Amino acid sequence: MNHISIVARRIACVAAVSLAALSASPAAHAAAKIQHLISPGGIEAWFVQDSTVPLIAMEYAFGGGATQDPVGKPGVGNLVADLLDEGSGDLDSKTFHERLDRRAIELSFQVARDQFRGSLRMLRDNKDEAFDLLHMALTSPHFDSVDVERIRSQVISGLRRDTTNPGALAGRKFLELAYGDHPYGRPSTGTLESVPTITVDDLKDYVRHILAKDTLKVAVVGDVDPATLGKLLDKTFGDLPAKASLTPVPDVVAAKPPQQVLVNLDVPQTVITFGGPGIRRHDPNFMAAYVVNHIIGGGGLSSRLYKEVREKRGLAYSVYDALLWMDHSALFIGNTGTRADRAGETIAAVEKEIKRMAEEGPTQQELDEAKSYINGSQMLALDTSSKLAQALLQYQLDKMPIDYIEKRAEIVNAVTLDQAKQAARQLWSQGLLTVVVGRTPTTVAQPATATAPAVKAD
Amino acid sequence: MSSFRFVSVLATLVSLVAPVGALAQTTFASEPPAGFTLPNGMQVVVIQDHRTPVVTQMIWYKVGSADETPGRSGLAHFLEHLMFKGTDKHPAGEFSQTVLKIGGNENAFTSVDYTGYFQRVPRDQLAKMMEFEADRMTGLVLKDENVLPERDVVLEEYNMRIANNPEARLSEQIMAALYLNHPYGRPIIGWHHEIEKLTREDALAFYKRFYAPNNAILVIAGDTDVKEIRPMVELTYGKVPAQPEIPVRRIRPQEPEPVSPRTVTLADPHVEQPSMRRTYLVPSATTAAPGESAALDVLAQLMGSGSNSYLYRALVVDKPLAVNANASYQGTSLDPTQFSIAVSPKPGVEFSQVETVVDSVIAEVAQNPVRAEDLERVKTQLVAEAIYAQDNQATMARWYGGGLTTGLSVEDIRSWPDRIRAVTADQVRAAAQKWLDKKRSVTGYLIKDNSAKREEKRS
Repeated sequence: MNHISIVARRIACVAAVSLAALSASPAAHAAAKIQHLISPGGIEAWFVQDSTVPLIAMEYAFGGGATQDPVGKPGVGNLVADLLDEGSGDLDSKTFHERLDRRAIELSFQVARDQFRGSLRMLRDNKDEAFDLLHMALTSPHFDSVDVERIRSQVISGLRRDTTNPGALAGRKFLELAYGDHPYGRPSTGTLESVPTITVDDLKDYVRHILAKDTLKVAVVGDVDPATLGKLLDKTFGDLPAKASLTPVPDVVAAKPPQQVLVNLDVPQTVITFGGPGIRRHDPNFMAAYVVNHIIGGGGLSSRLYKEVREKRGLAYSVYDALLWMDHSALFIGNTGTRADRAGETIAAVEKEIKRMAEEGPTQQELDEAKSYINGSQMLALDTSSKLAQALLQYQLDKMPIDYIEKRAEIVNAVTLDQAKQAARQLWSQGLLTVVVGRTPTTVAQPATATAPAVKAD
Repeated sequence: MSSFRFVSVLATLVSLVAPVGALAQTTFASEPPAGFTLPNGMQVVVIQDHRTPVVTQMIWYKVGSADETPGRSGLAHFLEHLMFKGTDKHPAGEFSQTVLKIGGNENAFTSVDYTGYFQRVPRDQLAKMMEFEADRMTGLVLKDENVLPERDVVLEEYNMRIANNPEARLSEQIMAALYLNHPYGRPIIGWHHEIEKLTREDALAFYKRFYAPNNAILVIAGDTDVKEIRPMVELTYGKVPAQPEIPVRRIRPQEPEPVSPRTVTLADPHVEQPSMRRTYLVPSATTAAPGESAALDVLAQLMGSGSNSYLYRALVVDKPLAVNANASYQGTSLDPTQFSIAVSPKPGVEFSQVETVVDSVIAEVAQNPVRAEDLERVKTQLVAEAIYAQDNQATMARWYGGGLTTGLSVEDIRSWPDRIRAVTADQVRAAAQKWLDKKRSVTGYLIKDNSAKREEKRS
């Protein structure tokens, strides 16, 4: 019963898109220490050696993720992620967990939209055991039926809870609205229909197709020397198949705004998720979009949405907007929540700010302050080993050069007011895709957009 | 703020979420925290971490929801929100704008025992942060034009955290039933009907009563040291006068010896996963006899942390009656605290079946010494938390601030791993026997309410 935070912005439903939206970059002085390590067996990693704290943190990812779930069976990758530590090699689930627990090794897997990811953290002296256990989990998972059923029941329990959780409902519905039948429109955790049908063969196929060396990206931070790390990486990843066998995923643009979906749920607070097509990571306008998005809905206590929706009108506790970029698409997505009878007013306030930004863009002062924040905040991203490893992995996934950290401030500073205005127009002039979950939301469905929206009652 | 920590359905997430009450020490590889106390009574603690040029400033006030006047629940938290409304010297928004411009971040939090404010910033900005924070210790200016919208914001926070969340509403009921006399029974965020009546005058009176250097602890973590910060602290906080009326010790109404098990049931149409939670009134790190709180930490870890814990094995693996089971102990607390067990039964399983197993697990640990191997494994995990914590300056600042504002000393916090190492099998058995007594407990049930005739279309 501990902490109530004043500005904690909840990103619950966005997690469904599972992309590090605003992964800030480490500061320049750390960049100097980033090594591009290639193990004797050819495994590559971005690596920072640091012995201040006697631990090692590794973050890694295989390409594919939830997009590789078989058609009609969303949730396979997620179930694999939940089961890799439930018995492998000559260890059953109980023994595997005992071996982890005995040395306080933290090992976890998660499926993101475009990647199958893993984290490993251990005290320095336990590295051999930790990497051994990871190797076993990746290369010889059992998927014993008793464990599969146990974990499946947990996933189903979570999915059942989600059916009456307004935030979870809004997130799911938003992805459906934005992407329809494209793999990005499917929930990573699967559905109540799909998860019961997943077989052990589905799980094994997923492992065989996805866990391979050619798409692997690795980041390591901690108290280990490069030669030792190289051997550990070979031992862990060396005998995975050379090539993944991925089903191609087509590029896709999110549905054209404005559109609104209403989901009727009798809860005191109406949840509103809004968004639209974003800007791809390698689009020349990306950084301008990133900066202008910070001004409208990022950045804590000073964004335009925060001021207008929360501070001036007291409509919501949490309101934000973030850019999400994926391998085959991009979105902007935001969220807020307000009591049922103020939902219409809240949607109108959000739409008004979005429209104003699309038409007028930011001011020079806002632009300067946003740049100052984005550059300054780089440092906060590297104050723990895990955070630094996550940032180093994200830059690899984003196909950035290893010296990107040093170049980033220059790219941010180069954004002009005209570019920011152009990015704002590109992002927001069409209006919003909006999902409203709450009481009798039909009465609030009055989006203030120029063209008549397609309203789908759901 | 829900203390109901539903064990993640992602069973693979083995991250060692610290039992909320776990207190770390810096076992090795880092300096012990240094500190000093100003003449005006403010305690200062410095935790060094020189890996990156970043510092965390956290100011902790020894006032929380349990210090509110009855009838004004939610006031400590409301004031926390209002502390961002500016002073004469630095009008509304200036502090936050400054933090943002330098790429920092900030937040605040309220618990039953303390209220805290923090900024994480580049190290060269620390002096400026101290100037702002010291200024708002006594300089807050409140006007109805920003107090009233902020009250609506808090009511929306209530809607988000509590009203929309049946588990959180059950938690409120359990706490209210567990504490018959002590103010821990009031929700931190407050009761809705009292939040909506809080005024600017209430907030200012509370502020003047509790916000002063002699009621605050400043924790600085990161790339700095005592020598560097001492002059900054003296120039800023050092100038704020003490408030001698604030008592050194907080004395609150205490609980009578519990005599009766209680149950509460919360029915809600949106419950898709029923759950059972039993919460016992137990001593905190501050109120416990020597060794007892550490034994409760070990007991919670043994019984309910991870997939080899006794409850998970018994209820989820051996005879699968539940989808999940866990236990937790909230050690950091000024007054007697809670040990909780939570179970989510599988569809079709009765609570009584689950409770029979819970009771037998408790009886087993209360009667027989735990296996040496289990004890070692669990102690290793707990001690490792103290080392993992060193990787995060903000975590360290939280542990020290939380411990110090609930009556522990720096040395108590530092020596926590030693106390964990010293726990014996017999102490664990004795703790279970003495404290996991049903008379000390409230059992809460979360069930689906099928009575309401609701036309709901769901996707």
